[in-house]
Amino acid sequence: MSHDAHAAHDGHHGEGGAAHATRKGYVTGFLLSVVLTAIPFGLVMGGVIDDMRITAGIVMALAIVQIVVHMIYFLHMDTKSEGGWTLMALIFTAVIVVITIAGSLWVMVNMNRYMMPPMPPASAAAPMSDMSGM
Amino acid sequence: MANHTATTADAPHFWETEPHHHEAGSSTMLGFWLYLMSDCLIFAMLFAGWGVYGQSAAGGPTAPELFDLKLVALNTAMLLFSSITYGFAMIAAQEDNKRATLGWLAVTGLFGAAFLGIEMYEFAHLIHEGAGPQRSAFLSSFFALVGTHGLHVFFGMIWLTVLMVQVAKKGLIAANTRRLACLSLFWHFLDVVWIGVFTFVYLLGSMQ
Repeated sequence: MSHDAHAAHDGHHGEGGAAHATRKGYVTGFLLSVVLTAIPFGLVMGGVIDDMRITAGIVMALAIVQIVVHMIYFLHMDTKSEGGWTLMALIFTAVIVVITIAGSLWVMVNMNRYMMPPMPPASAAAPMSDMSGM
Repeated sequence: MANHTATTADAPHFWETEPHHHEAGSSTMLGFWLYLMSDCLIFAMLFAGWGVYGQSAAGGPTAPELFDLKLVALNTAMLLFSSITYGFAMIAAQEDNKRATLGWLAVTGLFGAAFLGIEMYEFAHLIHEGAGPQRSAFLSSFFALVGTHGLHVFFGMIWLTVLMVQVAKKGLIAANTRRLACLSLFWHFLDVVWIGVFTFVYLLGSMQ
């Protein structure tokens, strides 16, 4: 009975449906997520590393690893699902997301630097010349 | 003559004369995935807003003063538990076990409710302290991003409840397993967004 159900599901997978979810896959993903969540919280709450920049770098790197873990074990992403179209859509979205976030930060940090209202009178001339160059 | 028929068969097809036969719902998963990707863009804009305004406290309370990381860790645990219990619901559905599916969905709903409850408590606490969304650009972008995520979880809970009624009434028919698979993507997607929230908003925010 269970074998038949399995075969039927495999047939569905062949058409390009969602990947087969397994208990082992979910538990693996969950355990990895717990570790990848506990480490950044521990680092920040415990103040383990003195240099803030190193801590920030580790925290961000672990977040990216955890997102990939979730994608593989929970969202069942692979190169074959829906004939590769889900991966294509994901890559396209990732490109747009990076452009949106990096572009916004880049532009707005520059705006903040050169156009913040409380400008000391003595250095007022310098930003003006910067702006003419923009 | 034989040669002639071979060339006709090999000739390229520029259009299909036979109508497509799609199974009902065969393109649902791809369509739902595309919806999630567009949702991803909404969150990208909110994250960009947070990145720009996250430190503009306008002389008011700043992120390190306001954030309670213990509460956030508890919240993160709730969402992570709800993710694996939803996974168990999906496995129970694959095994055609209606009772177990409904049980795990109910557990997922409880964890989701706990997450929303903690978030509501956090928001109420912040607003009570005078750190509402109108206080500064930092708090506006914070409430917009975290609130939008919370709203998604809330709608996911409504969907979960409706789906439980549907499974209870009609069983694990093809349409219901398809809906379960869509909600699975939605629920796990919200967990992925939450990784970004706790990393970039709470952890990095409280390190400013």
